[in-house]
Amino acid sequence: MAPALVWLTALMVVPCALVLALAFFRRGIYGGIDYTFTLENFGLVVDPLYAGIFLKSARIAGTATIIAVVIGYAAAYAISAAPRRLQPVFLFFAVLPFWSNYLIRTYAWIVLLNREGLVTQLLRWLGYTGEPPSMLYTEGAVIAGLVYNYLPFVILACYAPLSRLNPELAEASRDLGASAATTFRRVILPLTVPGIAAGAVFVFVLSIGNFVTPALLGGGRFQMIGNLVYDQFLTANDWPFGAALAMALIAIMLLVLMAQAMFADRAAGRAAEATGGADG
Amino acid sequence: MNEPRTLLSIDGVSKNFGRVTAVDRVSLDIRENEFFALLGPSGCGKTTLLRMLAGFETPSEGRIMLDGRDIARTPPNKRPVNLMFQSYALFPHMSVRANVSYGLEMERLPAREIRDRVDSILATTELVPFADRKPEQLSGGQKQRVALARALVKRPRLLLLDEPLGALDKKLRGAMQLELKRLQHEVGITFVIVTHDQEESLVMADRMAVLRGGRLLQCDTPHTVYEHPADRFVADFIGVMNFVPGHLDNGGVRAADGTRLEGRGTATPVGAGTSGATGAGVAAVRPERIRLFPPPQAANRTTGKVEALAYQGQDLQLHVRTALSDRPFLVRVTADAADRRPVSVGDQVELGWDAADVRIFAD
Repeated sequence: MAPALVWLTALMVVPCALVLALAFFRRGIYGGIDYTFTLENFGLVVDPLYAGIFLKSARIAGTATIIAVVIGYAAAYAISAAPRRLQPVFLFFAVLPFWSNYLIRTYAWIVLLNREGLVTQLLRWLGYTGEPPSMLYTEGAVIAGLVYNYLPFVILACYAPLSRLNPELAEASRDLGASAATTFRRVILPLTVPGIAAGAVFVFVLSIGNFVTPALLGGGRFQMIGNLVYDQFLTANDWPFGAALAMALIAIMLLVLMAQAMFADRAAGRAAEATGGADG
Repeated sequence: MNEPRTLLSIDGVSKNFGRVTAVDRVSLDIRENEFFALLGPSGCGKTTLLRMLAGFETPSEGRIMLDGRDIARTPPNKRPVNLMFQSYALFPHMSVRANVSYGLEMERLPAREIRDRVDSILATTELVPFADRKPEQLSGGQKQRVALARALVKRPRLLLLDEPLGALDKKLRGAMQLELKRLQHEVGITFVIVTHDQEESLVMADRMAVLRGGRLLQCDTPHTVYEHPADRFVADFIGVMNFVPGHLDNGGVRAADGTRLEGRGTATPVGAGTSGATGAGVAAVRPERIRLFPPPQAANRTTGKVEALAYQGQDLQLHVRTALSDRPFLVRVTADAADRRPVSVGDQVELGWDAADVRIFAD
């Protein structure tokens, strides 16, 4: 316990505290930091210009999350329905891209989506003769990149509860008169929601702060909150504002994680409460 | 008394999984309102047969007629048959009441009717105090009753029960056997129970089918199956049986030591073509049919040495070594008789039994 706390303090708490402290100072005239206390960096964060970027980032991360959950759940469902001995093989292939470098995986999408890329070639081969569609450097490309990169998290998170589900529960539902669709909606889905929630939170938190994917697939015109933070530190040399933005981002992530923890806690609490009530 | 109506007719049903034949041309009828048991060792095809009745497997061959309609290809949610799963398969995220209501909600019945029927079945199965609990908060016996209530509330034409008492401990099992029979009588629904426990089917079933290797060996009342087993396997599987191997000899069996065992006078050996059949055969007799200190008119007699005594409360089981076979004879003596003429290990005793109590099987 104690060594873990030391590590956590040295590597997480102290750096975060330093960044947090930075946010309360002024920017020096020639870059650098002017150590006088101010709150104006936080005032700037809620300025419509920057708040808009937060909203846009949340929208993109949210869209990527929904798409990743739908695809990932379907994939996890298909894997869990496969013969037992094949499941580890399918899981291995689902997670395989994860073992390559994030940058390379993202670059691969440039190869796919650029004007003369594989997608355009495929369209040509299918008989399309018009202008090549502009797919790269769009919001869609960013979302595709995020979904692709974080899909394995969702597959793994959803596979766990799906593979543990007693298949007789679905059979019991059919036996009692439910259609396959109703069985999914009333039995399978509710019992695997924790996996969906865990996967979704993962994708959302990793997506909203992402700066590599929007930089590569969104082009220069495209900014998410991660790019903004990156620019403040490395281009604009405004560390205090960058720190304030970073803190706001961390606050959003913490809120999402806490919401999920409370959701999971309440589910557990309901069960405990019901036990106490029944005995009393 | 008029002939009971046939409810379900299994007609030449087979089921193949790849090259494996799990159920092999089984035909049997199940009558309205009876308690029917499908009995056999594991892998005998009884569970596959049950799953075909429930609709989770489709027969490779044959018909399943329910009320005169072939339901072999009807999906499980469209047949008036319900299954109580061995694992109970209660929905863990729903309360007892929600579990029991589920099947009626699927029928889109009015909320009021659902509530009344659920209340009534919860009362019948003594689950009212637990209506708001989740399955994980119930004991094994309570879960079993919820599973039963959930299936019964649908008022199926046929209720299937897959090893319903398998998960309960022995004492509770005995109580639940009688409880299930009482419930079956009360609700007037035909029960088909799958079990590997021969004692359970003897106690509960009105009629029973014995399966082995996917084939139906015998289908009759427990009494007939016990007293007149159709073949050597059934004789061995149901209850305890002494076997004496030897050669068929004009309605009897001549044992290795030359002793001739007399079978029923009129009977032809089961499995043999004619009463004049020869070849290897066995004579079989139940332990409770063997008498110690037999009366002079007993057709079969032998002597042996008591090797072991097992006291079982109401009766005493003796292992008697005889010249008739390699295995010791099992003899069951009532506690009462044992008190009157005590025997102890090492005693030389005389055994005897009637010809009518011997079954002869061709090998």
